[in-house]
Amino acid sequence: MPGLPPEVRKDGEPGWAGGLRKLYNSVVEEPLPDSFKDLLKKLDDSDDA
Amino acid sequence: MPDRVRPSPADEGFRKELLSVLPHLRAFARGLSGRSDFADDLVQEAAIKAWTARERYQAGTNMRAWTFAILRNHYLSELRRSRRQTDLDEGAAERMLVMEADQEGPLHLDDMESALQKLAPERREAVLLVGASGFSYEEAAEIAGCPIGTMKSRVARARADLARILDGEGSVEVKARKAG
Repeated sequence: MPGLPPEVRKDGEPGWAGGLRKLYNSVVEEPLPDSFKDLLKKLDDSDDA
Repeated sequence: MPDRVRPSPADEGFRKELLSVLPHLRAFARGLSGRSDFADDLVQEAAIKAWTARERYQAGTNMRAWTFAILRNHYLSELRRSRRQTDLDEGAAERMLVMEADQEGPLHLDDMESALQKLAPERREAVLLVGASGFSYEEAAEIAGCPIGTMKSRVARARADLARILDGEGSVEVKARKAG
């Protein structure tokens, strides 16, 4: 049984709503890319940066 | 002066909080702009702005909301700058929405990402804040600098737009696929 139609699932939210959060969380869970090293360093010794 | 180079405990606390929201800022910026390199630049610039303005932040309040607002404002000013060059306005996003047609296949994150980019910017922002980042309508309205009622209607419209785009593109596969 495929379940409820995509527009309304049993938790009352549309099927794509989980996809939106998944998309968001997939980025949240990524490690910070190398390009952030400079920023982190800047914040580390910020006062004389 | 040693005081200048040694961070105060308040600065240290601020720094930790700021670092902890960076992944969320990246996700928000990615959703807003749809481009990961541009998004990461935005986040870094917003983080620097937040750090520079740290004395205006009240410890114990919502760091995520505060930094999201900074990022958002920075994004908009970047957008305004580039819009002057490309002449892409919000109406263009609407037209793209209507033109959208015939892609098939299951709902992948890529589909969601491209659907998101077809929304009018203020709707995209609204659904990212409330639907993805989990802010309340009230917090989202504050971040976006609009009344709560406006935020609610933007979210509702964004949801309707997304439903239309995504259902039109691959409703059968979405139905069959377990969301988890």
